[in-house]
Amino acid sequence: MRTKHPIIQMLLIGVVASVAGVALALAIDWFPIAASTAAAPIDELYDVLLIVSVPVFVLVMTVALYSVWRFRAKPGDQSDGAPIHGNTLLEVVWVTIPTIMVSALAVYGAIVLEEIERPAANAMEVEVTGQQFAWSFEYPDTPGGEPVQSNELVLPLGQQVHFQIKALDVLHSFWVPAFRLKSDAVPGITTEYRVTPTKEGRFDVVCAELCGLGHTTMRQVATVLPPAEFEGWLAEQAKQSEPAADDTMPASATDEEEAQ
Amino acid sequence: MTFAAKLKGPGWYRALLSVPLSLAFSTALVVGVRALYGWDPLFDGEAITTVALIAMPLAFLVGIGCFDYWFYWAAGKPTRDEDHSGHGAKTWKDYFRVNTDHKVIGIQYIVTTFVFFTIGGLLAMLIRAELAAPGTQFVDPNTYNGLFSVHASLMIFLFIIPVFAGIANYVIPLMIGAPDMAFPRLNALSYWMLPMAGIMMVASFFAPGGAFATGWTAYAPLSTEVPLGQQFFTIGVQFAGASSIATALNFLVTIITMRAPGMTFFRMPLLVWANFTTSLLVVIATPFIAGSQFFVLFDRALGMNFFNSANGGDVIMYQHIFWFYSHPAVYIMMLPGFGIISEVISANARKPVFGYRMMAFSLCAIVVLGFTVWAHHMFVSGMSAWLRVPMMITTMLIAIPTGIKIFSWLATLWRGVIHLTTPMLFALGFITMFTLGGISGVMLAVIPVDIHVSDTYFIVAHIHYVLFGGSVFTIFAGLYFWFPKMTGRMYDERLGRMHFWLSFVFFNLTFGPMHLVGVDGMPRRVADYAAEFATWNAVISVSAFIFGMSYLLFLYNMITSWRNGPKAAANPWRAHTLEWQVSSPPPLFNFDEIPTIVGGPYEYGVPGAVHGVFKKPEPVAAASGGKE
Repeated sequence: MRTKHPIIQMLLIGVVASVAGVALALAIDWFPIAASTAAAPIDELYDVLLIVSVPVFVLVMTVALYSVWRFRAKPGDQSDGAPIHGNTLLEVVWVTIPTIMVSALAVYGAIVLEEIERPAANAMEVEVTGQQFAWSFEYPDTPGGEPVQSNELVLPLGQQVHFQIKALDVLHSFWVPAFRLKSDAVPGITTEYRVTPTKEGRFDVVCAELCGLGHTTMRQVATVLPPAEFEGWLAEQAKQSEPAADDTMPASATDEEEAQ
Repeated sequence: MTFAAKLKGPGWYRALLSVPLSLAFSTALVVGVRALYGWDPLFDGEAITTVALIAMPLAFLVGIGCFDYWFYWAAGKPTRDEDHSGHGAKTWKDYFRVNTDHKVIGIQYIVTTFVFFTIGGLLAMLIRAELAAPGTQFVDPNTYNGLFSVHASLMIFLFIIPVFAGIANYVIPLMIGAPDMAFPRLNALSYWMLPMAGIMMVASFFAPGGAFATGWTAYAPLSTEVPLGQQFFTIGVQFAGASSIATALNFLVTIITMRAPGMTFFRMPLLVWANFTTSLLVVIATPFIAGSQFFVLFDRALGMNFFNSANGGDVIMYQHIFWFYSHPAVYIMMLPGFGIISEVISANARKPVFGYRMMAFSLCAIVVLGFTVWAHHMFVSGMSAWLRVPMMITTMLIAIPTGIKIFSWLATLWRGVIHLTTPMLFALGFITMFTLGGISGVMLAVIPVDIHVSDTYFIVAHIHYVLFGGSVFTIFAGLYFWFPKMTGRMYDERLGRMHFWLSFVFFNLTFGPMHLVGVDGMPRRVADYAAEFATWNAVISVSAFIFGMSYLLFLYNMITSWRNGPKAAANPWRAHTLEWQVSSPPPLFNFDEIPTIVGGPYEYGVPGAVHGVFKKPEPVAAASGGKE
């Protein structure tokens, strides 16, 4: 009885603290605005991780604080504690339970990963190019057949976009927090990811990989438009594309020289 | 001694003469080679600096006397008899010369690394000053990038990794019953390479174009393109790395060959186990970062194309090599701390470490698993996509041996007699904070979450929970714990507790909110940020300043107690391990009589149990395994 009593006490404290901790963790407004189909599953996954994590932390805190409170030495106490060297059953338990927990979380993580990367048949290609210190975009599929160059990212609502990401100089990372997705832009190779916008509006595009002096200011805006308005924008850009395409190349070359 | 004799003999005079000579040599070499090839201009500042950065530290090491014995021996001249005049420190001046005593070297390491910790901390204060409000206040973006790069590099390469080597240098030979390390002269050389690396990294602020500004990760191809300051990192890391590898070899040989009679591997204190496994990691992994930085150096200085994609280089290869070292490096920065915590908790809870063998095995498991997780730093790098899921699984599995350690420490507390001394407070603070760092680590291992939060302040929060709430708390615990042994004096317990509580509270207020701003979309390594993050950043900065000031309490306590603290008893913690069975500070060669080990290191509460005995035991008593 004597040894069971403190464990029941701790269990009670632990359950109450875990419930309070989970409630607090979920009450916090963690995420930026959600504007893609990836946001909901990722936010949900994060919430599940919080729900699993809080009791683990509470367990550690409860045992530590309870032990300090209950087994603290009285002033002048020179005695030793109980010579307990181990307990095989307990050690098997605290290997097995965490193994099951992390395995389950890994499976869940892999399922969400598959979901947010699933290609759609009608995905629209957009080429993204990072250079010190700006992003530029190219739309290869246009009604006129000519690719459209743009310094702003405009996307149609509800349509999957397949970004093909390149870098001209050093590493950059193409991140739209509202979409929850990012990938490095790597000199020499093309990286990719897929996004389906779910909300109209203007969202930050952030460079997340240190790329030099102007890294902090390498921020642009992604605009999500209804499909019809997007088509109009693309047609408008296609009309202006020829002179614009001539202008961008020398302009970007001077940028680069200045940066060096 | 005549001035000429002073210049000839080992020491500061010869060192201060050889450094400018090596600079002149470097200049002549570069100018000469360029003249031979007919290159213009003859004076190439970057080339001269590169050669000088290698030559000057080597010249200093020769001058101060690190190589004298080997040079005499190699030249066939009579080596001076080993009269152990290089042992012990009679005055403070003895700490400023090449000394082969592991106890002196341990203190040299600890004091030097705390100098760099202080500099790194000041850089952190500047970072937080700049980030206190949106916009640009104190430093321009280039200086800002330099601040966080030098801050991280000093903290990792000049503080956490070497301060553990310093503590181990002092304690390990004592713990295993050895008179010194296996290779005392190599030990001295290892130490003296360290300030070379640190001075180089700090000096980069004076390089044209500013300090290296590519983060401590120095990702190519940015690091092959930025100004000269980068070279100070690229070469500095080589000196820190060589120091680290040499020390690790020294620990391995010392632990394998110099244990006292009767000290089997499973009678070693867990700090010895921890440094044994750490040294394995260092010896296997550290050559990889040396390689990665040599490749950067070759790209920069010799025009090679390791990371130049235009000429067939592979940019992502840098990250694979870098993280193949730098993930194990996380455990290099943590396992010695695990060892310290085992010592502190068992002595202060008056109980044997729960599951001693599992504690040792979990260290070995971390060594092996530690080499299988590196690409979790690269989930968004554009590497082969299939590699992500296996790396997620191994990363989550490494939480299991780590969990074993946390649970075993908790079980060690259970039914103990707990003394809340300063080292014990830091140990308890470590357990709780490291658990948080471990939890955020598991969250980061889950690929979809990592895709969103990588390169954000969530990462900054995570690494500071692991490296400050984790490693640095164990360093404080260890220093308070062995302070009486090292100095022969007792620190001020009241100041120590104040230091703990201020650190603990303001550590959490500084780094806790960073999780939130990270998930909310604030990238790391930026000098300016969106207005929506202003409130939290102001809170973080104010907390960081108070957190920084709490460190002054520690410094004041250490300095005044070292000078004027009350004399310490040989064994103030009533611990069983060998270092506490000798005087404080220990005799010149540690043990007047060679100890014989007759039992485990933590037999608290077992009646009559001892770890080691100093009288030659009766053959019968030795066979009975310590039950006297």
